[in-house]
Amino acid sequence: MIPETLKKALEARVASAITAREAAVDVMKELQAHYGWLTDEAVEEAASLLGLSPLQVEELATFYEMIYRRPVGKKVIHVCDSISCWCVDCDGIIEHLKEKLGVALGGTTADGMFTLLPCCCMGMCGDGPAMSVGGIPYGKLTPELVDEILEMERQKI
Amino acid sequence: MTLPLFRHNRANRVVTFDEYREEGGFEGLKKAFTGMSPAEVQQTVIDSGLRGRGGAGFPTGRKWSFVPRDLPGPRWLICNCDEMEPGTYKDRVLLEHNPYSLIEGMTLACYALGVRHAFIFIRKGYEKAAANLAHGIEEAKKAGLLGEKILGTEHSIDLDLHLSAGRYICGEETALINALEGRRPNPRQKPPFPAVKGLWQGPTVVNNVETLANIPAIIANGSAWFKGLALNPEGAGSKLFCVSGSVKNRACVELPIGTTLEAVLDACGGMREGRKFKACIPGGASTQFLKPEHMKLPMDYDTVAKAGSRLGSGGVIVFDESHCLVEATLNLITFFARESCGWCTPCREGLPFVREILTRIENGRGEEDDIAILREHVKYLNYTFCALAPGAMAPLDGLLRDFEDEVREHIVKKRCPLK
Repeated sequence: MIPETLKKALEARVASAITAREAAVDVMKELQAHYGWLTDEAVEEAASLLGLSPLQVEELATFYEMIYRRPVGKKVIHVCDSISCWCVDCDGIIEHLKEKLGVALGGTTADGMFTLLPCCCMGMCGDGPAMSVGGIPYGKLTPELVDEILEMERQKI
Repeated sequence: MTLPLFRHNRANRVVTFDEYREEGGFEGLKKAFTGMSPAEVQQTVIDSGLRGRGGAGFPTGRKWSFVPRDLPGPRWLICNCDEMEPGTYKDRVLLEHNPYSLIEGMTLACYALGVRHAFIFIRKGYEKAAANLAHGIEEAKKAGLLGEKILGTEHSIDLDLHLSAGRYICGEETALINALEGRRPNPRQKPPFPAVKGLWQGPTVVNNVETLANIPAIIANGSAWFKGLALNPEGAGSKLFCVSGSVKNRACVELPIGTTLEAVLDACGGMREGRKFKACIPGGASTQFLKPEHMKLPMDYDTVAKAGSRLGSGGVIVFDESHCLVEATLNLITFFARESCGWCTPCREGLPFVREILTRIENGRGEEDDIAILREHVKYLNYTFCALAPGAMAPLDGLLRDFEDEVREHIVKKRCPLK
């Protein structure tokens, strides 16, 4: 069950939309922020808020890369592997992240802190290699800088 | 000559509402709402020669003119800020420095098109741009430049933000419309085109951020002024070039349309120390390679097209002699294969197959027949619902056209010659 305040806020968001389902992405994002990922329960809650069937919500949830339908760590790392970052050796950064975190792409660290995912162009092509950690963008990555960022993001929680 | 898009920019911060107004901001809006008919605004945009800056380069005024004037019911304007074409980051840079040109441009476009309610579709990761826009919209409303009865006239216009959650295909205009409606963002079959049946089945125009941000200066200064900004007679206006790869200073720069490729690279400090230019992709991932012989090529839609590529989004990705272009193309195809929405078969099945073949070649397991198989796919992957797969085939087509020797060398030597 979601808290009454969140429920009220989501109902208001849906009411302000021209058609209810237009608010689907916002509702999924908020529920994800609450649960940590979009749980089965969250899918059903989203469906009832939006006047859709759970299957219709599932159809949307599985489409968007920033909606997680499986458990993830406290912070998700999206590391860009598109062409501009490739030009400046994102492969080296990805290898470093895998080694440092002890996970393969798609994996979550043993302490449940980070999930590592590759992602498509983040629009930071002038500042590659780039990644985002828990939604915060970081650019001009070096292995040393990656270590610093991970340490800092670990402390921030 | 002052170019329209970056003229209000401050170093490392967003321009304020007052600064924007002091520098002539919202003058175009005032001029239109107090002295021009909607048809005159549209005609000015047609005359200006402005072409869509999102990638396709379609004439903006003509796109507007496809909206039937006499259909009852609401019509819609959507700004496409789903900037996910690899190598493209111009809209982010623009909006992080100045949200007002877009807000004013959209208000003018709504006026010209008779739109009451418009949306800005913003990709995930552009939260800073979204925050600037949200703030800018509030300020414009307070000043009577947006919202109810703009400047005391009978015209009311609302702008809303839609924050998305990732996926390249959402930038395809019919997929974007589905996404905005809260449906799974597969592209829709055309026709009917969005100008006739788009958002909630109403007439809809979808324009890129940079396109719309040009409108205020066009209205304020006139179409002849805008045309005159270009360095070549066929061109019009300026272009944001966002450069990445092997240049010294990777940056987003505003230059007149028709600036040579060499001058675009020079604006970014030229090549990185010790690197030699091998090729570049001039307009984002779905365009073909340009080579050293194209250095003096004026960067304009028609001239770049004649040279066998596309100006596209202006996302210039620069490769040097140390880059293997088979691997670069493999990277591009991997992107497109991952981002295929899966709706139609040639794209869903064809792209992973092309990726497999390129992987094989790059790893030294390619066979002579592979080149012919790849060429067939360049042809077949045009038979798709939307432009994703044909776009993916552009760099592959370019690779086979311009760098066939490099591909063949991989196959003959049974390894990547650059590793």
